[in-house]
Amino acid sequence: MSCILETRGLYKEFGAVTAAKNVNVSISKGEVVGVIGSNGAGKTTFINMVTGYLKPSRGEILFNGQSIIGRTPRSITRAGMARSFQVAQLFPELTVLDNLLIALAAAESPFPSLLRPLRNDERIARAEAILGEFSILAWRDSKVTAVPQGVRKLIDIAMALIGDPQMLLLDEPTSGVSAEEKTQLMDTVMQVVSRHQVTVLFVEHDMDVVRRYVSRILAFYSGEVLADGPPQSVLANARVQELVTGGQRAHKGATA
Amino acid sequence: MRLDKTELILLGVAAVLAIGGLIAPQWLVFLLTMALAKSMVVQGVVMQMRAGLVTFGQGLYFCMGGYAVGMSGHFLAISDLPSLLLIGVAAAVALAMILGLLMTRYREIFFAMLSLAFSMILYGMLVKSPALGSTDGFNVKAWTLFGWSPAAGQAPLALFVIIVAASAVLAVLLHRYGRSSAGAMCEAIRENEVRVEYLGQSPRWVLYMNYVAAAGVSALGGGFMALAAGHIDPEMAYWITSGEFVFIALLGGTAHVAAPIIAAILFAVVRTYAIELVPHSWQMILGFTLLAIIVFLPKGLWSLFSGRARAAKAVEAKV
Repeated sequence: MSCILETRGLYKEFGAVTAAKNVNVSISKGEVVGVIGSNGAGKTTFINMVTGYLKPSRGEILFNGQSIIGRTPRSITRAGMARSFQVAQLFPELTVLDNLLIALAAAESPFPSLLRPLRNDERIARAEAILGEFSILAWRDSKVTAVPQGVRKLIDIAMALIGDPQMLLLDEPTSGVSAEEKTQLMDTVMQVVSRHQVTVLFVEHDMDVVRRYVSRILAFYSGEVLADGPPQSVLANARVQELVTGGQRAHKGATA
Repeated sequence: MRLDKTELILLGVAAVLAIGGLIAPQWLVFLLTMALAKSMVVQGVVMQMRAGLVTFGQGLYFCMGGYAVGMSGHFLAISDLPSLLLIGVAAAVALAMILGLLMTRYREIFFAMLSLAFSMILYGMLVKSPALGSTDGFNVKAWTLFGWSPAAGQAPLALFVIIVAASAVLAVLLHRYGRSSAGAMCEAIRENEVRVEYLGQSPRWVLYMNYVAAAGVSALGGGFMALAAGHIDPEMAYWITSGEFVFIALLGGTAHVAAPIIAAILFAVVRTYAIELVPHSWQMILGFTLLAIIVFLPKGLWSLFSGRARAAKAVEAKV
């Protein structure tokens, strides 16, 4: 499989604090990669650098073989790498449908039309299809402020996926979601992304969730990649158990 | 071009208003003309409010439009009304294209203060320009329309009909803009700029486009105001004038293109009667009006109409 995302010698310093230290990662097309680590380990910093929110202090990031250092988040999104957020980033005063329609209009052109209506039959049908895929069509006309947290997470991911990205980065997709809803939410998400054949990298604290869905784990500690490999070997790694999972076995649940 | 229900209502009301002008007393025709000119500037303020930006300097483009019209008549001997208005809009758009590059980098109070600063710079420049009449300004020459020159008594009524038609067309265009992808993107930026960026859109580009368009719309109002009043002066760029536009925008609300028009007319009526009633403290009446609106109708006067429409829909749904 060809490489879709590669980082070489990536560093990020905030004054005296080093949030990323020599991060070298290579992700192949079609992989589902889980990123684990305790709070402050550098997981979100890594995602923020890769998606253009933060500029690395040094190092290289290649997406489909092209350097994306210095590019804006919108340029990286248009190149095919989308993301969702730890706290769902939506348009709260608008309806769920309008959130999706705006995402669609944004994906269609970097220059939005001045007179063509946002709501047209074709766009509405596409937005409804995506809502249907995520099983949230019933919330179509609800204001975002009125929908439950789990649904908001799904809308956030649906909006990221609507532009048909090649790669999707999910920052803690189950955070703020009840333990009972987690599996259902992740089942839905993973079914949809697998249907869209998207490479996925997601940050997660719940080891049960990680073990269930990923083919590979990147374990971060203090800005460095502590371990990288299949879930069984990474979760069995003594240093990962000591520094990341806190000595707990994966089946015992959340670790952070 | 297919018109929706709102657009048909806007055009219908405009037709009734234009016909009403034929029988209305001259003072009312003048009051409505001035109110409609101001409503165009307020439309520019509202366009930016919908994107989450409050401008305290829309007087800049109001004044640009007015002075461009006045100067074109005075120095270039242009009297054709459409040409004059077009020059005013073009001048404002050209300036906005330059200032917009800087303005769209700022948000919230910084945007508001910077917009105020630019309008006050223009005010200062005009006050120090004897060739343009300094603080007194100068009179605007009479206008013609495609070679037709209205008689002295006809001009106010003719201008009223033209501004009603222009307001209606502008309202239809802004209604369409509000429902367009670009209009929706402005609302999206107000709600969550980070998300817009991560959807692959440039918030700055959207805001820039919106800023330039708002400048053009406001300059049109300035041009009409100059032609209606027959006089322009630097007060058009003064901060109190810009504040008045924000006042009217808050009065009407941002939910509908008709809101600034209704609010501008109401403002003109309240101010006229307040001056008549209490000549030395009429501002107090305006202050209480705004206070009442903020407390009882925080989304502006338009919420009276939209609230009623929502209630009717709810009743229909129950039935």
